[in-house]
Amino acid sequence: MTVADTQPQMQSTREIRTAWERMVARRRFYTILGLVILIAAFASSVRFADESNAGHFFDRLPHLFDFLSWLIPKDWNDVWRALFDIASVNDKGGEEFNFDKGRVYISGAFYIPEYFELMIVTINVALISTIVAFVFAVPLSFFAARNLTRSWPLRIFTKRLMEFLRAFPEIVIAGLFSAILSIGPVAAIIAITLHTIGALGKLFYEVAENIDMKPHEGMKAVGANWCERVRFAALPQVLPNFTSYALLRLEINVRASTIIGAVGGGGIGEELKLSISRGFGAKTMALVLLLFVTIVAVDQFSAWLRRRLVGEHAFLLQH
Amino acid sequence: MTVIDANRMHEIEAHYPEYFHRSFRQRFGGLMILIATLLYSLYAVWFFDLPKLFAEAHWERVGIYLSQWVSYDVQPEFRIKDDGSIEVRYPRFSPLGDNPHPDWLVDNPDDSITVSISGASRTVTVSKSQTIVTAHGISVPVEVTSGAPKVVGPVPGWMTVYDDNVLADLGFAGNVSISVDRVKIRKRFIGWANFVFDTQSSFFDKPIGEVVSLIVSGPRIKPDQSNLSLAFDDIWNNSEWQHGDVWTKLFQTIVMAFLGTLLGSLAAFPLAFLAARNITPNRLLNQILKRFFDFLRSVDMLIWALFLTRALGPGPLAGSGAIFLTETGTLGKLYSEGLENIDNKPREGIQSTGAQTVLVHRYGIMPQIVPVIVSQTLYQWESNVRGATIIGAVGAGGIGLKLWEAMRTNANWENVAYMVILILLVVFLFDAASNALRHRLMGTKTH
Repeated sequence: MTVADTQPQMQSTREIRTAWERMVARRRFYTILGLVILIAAFASSVRFADESNAGHFFDRLPHLFDFLSWLIPKDWNDVWRALFDIASVNDKGGEEFNFDKGRVYISGAFYIPEYFELMIVTINVALISTIVAFVFAVPLSFFAARNLTRSWPLRIFTKRLMEFLRAFPEIVIAGLFSAILSIGPVAAIIAITLHTIGALGKLFYEVAENIDMKPHEGMKAVGANWCERVRFAALPQVLPNFTSYALLRLEINVRASTIIGAVGGGGIGEELKLSISRGFGAKTMALVLLLFVTIVAVDQFSAWLRRRLVGEHAFLLQH
Repeated sequence: MTVIDANRMHEIEAHYPEYFHRSFRQRFGGLMILIATLLYSLYAVWFFDLPKLFAEAHWERVGIYLSQWVSYDVQPEFRIKDDGSIEVRYPRFSPLGDNPHPDWLVDNPDDSITVSISGASRTVTVSKSQTIVTAHGISVPVEVTSGAPKVVGPVPGWMTVYDDNVLADLGFAGNVSISVDRVKIRKRFIGWANFVFDTQSSFFDKPIGEVVSLIVSGPRIKPDQSNLSLAFDDIWNNSEWQHGDVWTKLFQTIVMAFLGTLLGSLAAFPLAFLAARNITPNRLLNQILKRFFDFLRSVDMLIWALFLTRALGPGPLAGSGAIFLTETGTLGKLYSEGLENIDNKPREGIQSTGAQTVLVHRYGIMPQIVPVIVSQTLYQWESNVRGATIIGAVGAGGIGLKLWEAMRTNANWENVAYMVILILLVVFLFDAASNALRHRLMGTKTH
């Protein structure tokens, strides 16, 4: 090889090298720019949040754990007493240690403690809204699935409807219905149901769009109509996944029904909010304990059931 | 098509017993679940006492509230004075300001006043001795000269007679309440009144052209402030719509979600490496961290928000803190699951060159995990914007509380509608932006 032969090659290598370096430099520039923007946004957000907060972060920092001190009851037995509505020895007439008020008598001396009753209400809110939403979301998801519904206006309409139901603020629906139906858990049921239809519908139609279409074609070939095709070709394939997602949603709804309860929908959320705002340490501990145990139990149960239904699948926690 | 005879059928049945002799659970399992669900639904109907609740519900309020989302009313009051003259008054915060003579209110030559409630078909004429309500094709005079208002002739179905007043319900257009010395009219208009300028503003009730020319070239209304900044001030501090406050609170909600998610993601990132089984081979540490994530998630965002509003005072800081704690749990779980699903080969390759642990992580894991992390984080941010509206209602800052207060008063449903529209816009915007970003990052195209 002569010098003349290698020269152009070296030149092209150099060109490639400079091009590569330019590319790396540009990438690095964008990364740094992105980071700078992120940090600036972060700093100004912190400032904004701190300024519009009632107490400022650094002023309140030394007192951050003060609330833990009232949370720790003087007498630990009060937590159990609050949980099971047993009269407290500390009761001096105020509401803080008045535990035996909210009992629900079933028969004779047998009663359900107040907090357990509220927890049952909350779980029932979650359960019935998930069931009702499931019933509505299944047909809607079939209307929204690209492979099952050929008419695009129907499909687009269903998808937009579900998006709207997902995005509509739940407290507004709860507020509207508590004005119509009087304050209580039913307003929360309606709010959670509407939101769940949107959320489940989206997950469902994504499942329905990924089914194996061969059974569907087979049904079509023997002249089955749309309902029969969906019932016998699509439904058996999607049902395990649907159930699994519904169970996942049930977990989320147990939490959601506590939140909605706290803003006036009844149930355990309202009691918790009152208890915290009044500074009832033992009652708050009892409520948090009950809530924690229930949510963990619901999570574990639904995880176990889901594993049995669809095997070891990692599901996203979707809201 | 061939017809299967009995023998052939038995043959098929014998050949595929698993399809024809299924266990009890296989045959009736689905049905039992369905029956159980139906029974449970019946129980729920009883538990929440639905029949009674729905029977006692104020369904008429649905229409009223929904119409209030898109309309406003003006309530002029006609007082019949002793000397026979009629005085028109408006409540203190009337959407019309202090304008006693809008064009739907006509002074007649005989000193009576005619109010058009809906065109010429529904009108009310107020005079000294009687009030004539015209609606649904008939005119009903109500005498007010004796001690109590008295309907002349038969009382139509849309009129209710009480002891000291007569109420005429004219549907969406409004209603009239007649008593001896005063007539109260409620006239309903479609639209949002005073959305831009309130009645206190100097620009109130001026046509757009005039407002623009005032802003561009008019003389200063207030000597120490330009007209543009005055107009902006008037819009921003509109007392009825509170644009400034609403937008600030909306921004607070977004900031809360942003701060909480970002901080949660920063905290979850290193913890996820320690929680992932394949990266940190210490089972005890993995388990402790995973249970810690579970704990952060299951003590709900609401409870964190309630605690933090007590600790930090109400405001977006408490909300951000609540989202941060929940998100550390959620993202920690998602990240560690993502890390456990990575391909181990690049890591082993880099390890075999004798690189340090940091470098192994940087070049063996990061390129695989970054798209997953960014996509999950964006998704959580978006869903937290939605979630933050609710925790706002318990005092954690943001638009939630404002929304809740507006609903509680039961009078400002048009303000609720305004805020709902803003929230929906923000949610859809975020949805679209995070979808677009995620697709670019993941390099896939769906939808």
